[in-house]
Amino acid sequence: MITSLLSVLIFIALALAVIGAVRRARLWRQGQANPVDIIGGLLKMPRRYLVDLHHVVARDKAMSNTHVATAGGFVASAVLIVLVHLFELDSRILAWALLLTTATMFTGAIFVYRRRIDPPSRLSKGPWMRLPKSLLVFAASFFVLTLPAAGILPEGAGGWLLAVVLTAGIVWGMGEMFFGMTWGGPMKHAFAGALHLAFHRRAERFEDGVGRSTGLKAIDLTAAKLGVEKPADFKWNQLLGFDACVQCGRCEAACPAFAAGQPLNPKKLIQDMVVGLAGGTDVNYAGSPYPGKPIGEHGGNAHSPIVKGLVDAETLWSCTTCRACVEECPMMIEHVDAIVDMRRFLTLEKGATPNKGPEVLENLIATDNPGGFEPGSRMHWAADLSIPVLADVKQTEVLFWVGDGGFDMRNQRTLRSFVKLLKAAKVQFAVLAHEERDSGDVARRLGDEATFQQLAKRNIKTLSQYGFKRIVTCDPHSFHVLKNEYGELGGHYEVLHHTTYLNELVQSGALQVSKHQGGSVTYHDPCYLGRYNGEYEAPRELLRSLGIEVKEMERSGFRSRCCGGGGGAPITDIPGKQRIPDMRMDDARATGAEIVAVGCPQCTAMLEGVVEPRPEIKDIAELLVAALVEVDEPAGQKSTGQKAAVQTAEPVKMAAASKAAAAKTGEPA
Amino acid sequence: MQPEMQSSELNVSVLLSVGAHPKTARSRRADQDAKALELALSLPKARVAAIHAGDAGDEALRQYLGMGLPALQVLPQPKEADVVPVLVDYLRQHPATLVLTGGKAEQGESSGMLPYLLAQELGWPVVPRVAAVESVGNGKAAVLQALPRGQRRALTVSLPCVLCIDEAAPAPRQSAFALGQRGKIEVLSAAVTTDSERADWTVQPARKRPKRLKVVKAKTAADRFKAATAKASGDGGQVIVPKTVEEGAEAILKMLKEEGVLR
Ligand code: SF4
Ligand code: SF4
Repeated sequence: MITSLLSVLIFIALALAVIGAVRRARLWRQGQANPVDIIGGLLKMPRRYLVDLHHVVARDKAMSNTHVATAGGFVASAVLIVLVHLFELDSRILAWALLLTTATMFTGAIFVYRRRIDPPSRLSKGPWMRLPKSLLVFAASFFVLTLPAAGILPEGAGGWLLAVVLTAGIVWGMGEMFFGMTWGGPMKHAFAGALHLAFHRRAERFEDGVGRSTGLKAIDLTAAKLGVEKPADFKWNQLLGFDACVQCGRCEAACPAFAAGQPLNPKKLIQDMVVGLAGGTDVNYAGSPYPGKPIGEHGGNAHSPIVKGLVDAETLWSCTTCRACVEECPMMIEHVDAIVDMRRFLTLEKGATPNKGPEVLENLIATDNPGGFEPGSRMHWAADLSIPVLADVKQTEVLFWVGDGGFDMRNQRTLRSFVKLLKAAKVQFAVLAHEERDSGDVARRLGDEATFQQLAKRNIKTLSQYGFKRIVTCDPHSFHVLKNEYGELGGHYEVLHHTTYLNELVQSGALQVSKHQGGSVTYHDPCYLGRYNGEYEAPRELLRSLGIEVKEMERSGFRSRCCGGGGGAPITDIPGKQRIPDMRMDDARATGAEIVAVGCPQCTAMLEGVVEPRPEIKDIAELLVAALVEVDEPAGQKSTGQKAAVQTAEPVKMAAASKAAAAKTGEPA
Repeated sequence: MQPEMQSSELNVSVLLSVGAHPKTARSRRADQDAKALELALSLPKARVAAIHAGDAGDEALRQYLGMGLPALQVLPQPKEADVVPVLVDYLRQHPATLVLTGGKAEQGESSGMLPYLLAQELGWPVVPRVAAVESVGNGKAAVLQALPRGQRRALTVSLPCVLCIDEAAPAPRQSAFALGQRGKIEVLSAAVTTDSERADWTVQPARKRPKRLKVVKAKTAADRFKAATAKASGDGGQVIVPKTVEEGAEAILKMLKEEGVLR
C-alpha cells in the first residue's frame, strides 16, 4: 500500500515543484530583458557549479565537504527516487545506489545540523534552522523506504506504524526539498542558484575560478528611466541572482560598512530585493539587520519604489564598493552592480546624492576634478621636474597617468617618488598634464553615469591623439576605470598599476634598489588593485626585493579590508559607530608593523587620517625611492653605467641567494 | 519656518542667466540665479515660470531644468542685445507677483543693473540682497535682506516687486541629469533691441584687482586663529549719518582723497 501511496506523493510533490518553478520564473521575468545564451548557459552550468562556485565554497573546507555530501547526495537521491519509487524500476543495483546516496546525504546533513547548534551570527535563523532536520528526515525516510527494494527488509516490514511514520517523513522531507525549493523555502537557493549560474549577467567571471569581470556596465543615457527605481527595473537575471542567496552571511562578515555600524548589510540588502520581487515585508527575515534599523518596518513589491519602501537611501550610500561581499559570495551574486544601479536612479533622476556628493559632481562637471581646482594647476607638483608633456612630444613609451592625486599635497610626495624612479630607470615617459581629466571613477560610483561617460569620452578622445605603449598610474581607481571601464566606450589600453610596472623594472634590473632601512612593514591591498584586478603579488614582490618580509594582516590579499575610501563613501559620509579606516588601522597595529605600505592615494589619505600613534603610511614608491641605488652615469658612457648598476645590485641579490641557500640546507645564515 | 500664504496661488517669475565657472569659465547654472530658482521652487503654492533671455541652445540651461522645472521659456537674444526691453515686455504680458533674479550675472556686463532697470520700467519696488522670503500675502512680502557677517534685516515690501537673491540664500538643490534632459526648453518669439551704448565700448579682459596684503604678525596658533577670524577692524573709520546727500558725498570724497584713490 505504501508503495502506491509513495508514488502518488512523489508525483504530487514533483508536480507542485514544477508549478512553483513556473511561478518563480514569472517573478524573475518581471525584470528587464537581458538576452542570455539559454542552452549554452545550461550546458556550462554544472562546470560553473563544480569549479567556480566550489572555488569560493572551498575557502571553508568543512563547509565545502558538508555541502558536497549533502547536495551531491540529494541530487543523486532525487534522480534515483524517481527511478526506484516513481517509475518503480525493479533493480537491486538502483536501490542499493539509492541507499548509498541517502546515507551520504544523511551524513552531510549531520554536519549541517551540528553547525546549526550554535550558529555564528552571520547565518540566518528562522526557516534555516529547520533545514538540517528536514534534510535528515528526507534522507532517513527514503533510506528506510528503500530497504525493501534493496532486498534487505521484506515488503511491509514494520507494520502500519512504520508506514505512518515514513509517510509523515516523506511528506515533510519532500515538502521541504521539492515543494519548498520552488515555493520560496530555504532550498530555493539550489533551484535559483543553478539557474543563476547558467544565466549569470557576468559570464566572464567563470573561467575556472580565475575569470574576472569587475567593470560596471554602462547604461543608455537616453532611456526613459535612468537607473533602478523599482525591483522590476533590474535585469531579469539580476532578480534571479538575488533569489539565489543562501543567507550564509559571508558577505555580511566581510562588509566593512556593516562592521563599522553603518546601516548596510549586504545580505539583508539582497534579501530585501527578494522581498521586493515577490512582494511583502521583511518581517520574516531572520538574520542580522542593517545596523540601527529594526526589522519589520520595510516592505514593497516589484513595482513600488525601492528607496523609502524596501530600503533607506543611507543603506545604499554606505557602500564603499569594495567588492568584499562579491568576492565572498558562494552564489556569485553581484551586490555592487545592484547598489550602483539604485544609486544611479537617486543621482540621475532624483538629484539626491547625499552630503558633499552634489558639490563633488558639480566640480567634476565644471573643472574635471572632484576638488574644484583650477585644471591648469594639475601639474604644479612637478614644476621643477621637467616632465615631458604629450602635447609636445606626441609619442612616448609610457604614459604616466597622474590622477587627481596631483592636487593633493600628500599624494604629490608619492608622485614625485614615482617620477624619480622612472627617471632612475631611464624610462621614456610623458604626462598629459592639463589635458588629463578625472577618470570618472567617483562620479560613476556616486551614480552619475552621465558625468562618468562625459569624462571618459573626453579622456578617450585626448588619448587617441597620441602614441604610447602603455599607461601607468599610481591610482588603482584610475587604473581600474581606464583598464576595465573605458573599453565599453571605445578606449582600449594596456594599463598598469605603478607597483606592477616598478616590479617589472626591478626584476629586469632596470631599477637598482638596496635594502629597506626603516622599520617593519605590513601591506594594505587596495580593493581596486586586488579584488578588482587580481594584483596581489607585484607589490609584495617589490617589497621582498627591498628585503622586506611583509607582516601580513589577518585580512589581506583577496580578503583585504577596505580603507573606507572607495565608492565615494568619504563624500557621502554616512555615520556609523566607528570609522572604517580606524578598524583597518587596528588590523595593521595588530601586526606590530611600524610602516603600512600602500599603493593608492585614497588608502593613503584614509589611513593617514587615523589619529596618532599609529604606524607610518608610505606608498611603495616612497619606500623604493628611499632604497634607490642611484647610478651616476657620465654622458656617453651608457654601457659602463649599466655595468656599474648591475654591480651595485649584486649585494642584495647575493644576500637573498645565500639566505635561500641557508634555508634549504637548514644552516643558520 | 514655512512662509504663510494668503492668496491661493502666487505667480513667481525667475529670470535665469547662464553663468560661468570662476575657475574654468565653463558655462553652468549661475549660482545666484540657481538660488533664486531654489527659493521660488520652495515657496508654497507658487506657480513658477522660468525665463532666460539669451541663447536657447546653451546646454547649461538644462542644469536649471534638472532642479525639477518641467519647462523653461527662452526669449532668444543675441549677445549684444539689451535684454531689458524684451523682459519688460514679457513681464507685462505675463503678470507676476514676484520677480526673482540673481544679484548680478557671472558673465557679460555683470553690472547688476538689470533688476533696477526692470523695476524702474515696471514701476515696482526692488529689494537687493534677499536671503529669504518669509511670507507673501495681502499685497505685501516679508523678506530678509542679507547684511555682512551673517546679519539679516527684515523688510516688508509691497507687491508686485523685484527681488535680487543674494549669495546668502539657501544653496540650490542638486540638478538631476535625467530631469534636465527631459525638461522642455520653449523658445518664444521676441524682439531684439541692440544695446546701442554697448556698441561703442571696447571690451578687454579684466585685470585682477590688487589686494591689500594682510600682514599677520601673530606668533602663536591662537593669535593666527584670532587674526583670521576677527572682524575686519574699522580703525580710523567713523559712522556718518548724513543729513543731506551733499554731506554724504562730501564725506565719501574726503575719504577717497585721504586714501589716495582720488588725487
Ligand atoms: S549574498 Fe551571497 S554571501 Fe551574502 S548571504 Fe547571500 S549567498 Fe551568502
Ligand atoms: S562592496 Fe564592500 S561596503 Fe559595499 S556592501 Fe559589499 S562588502 Fe559592504
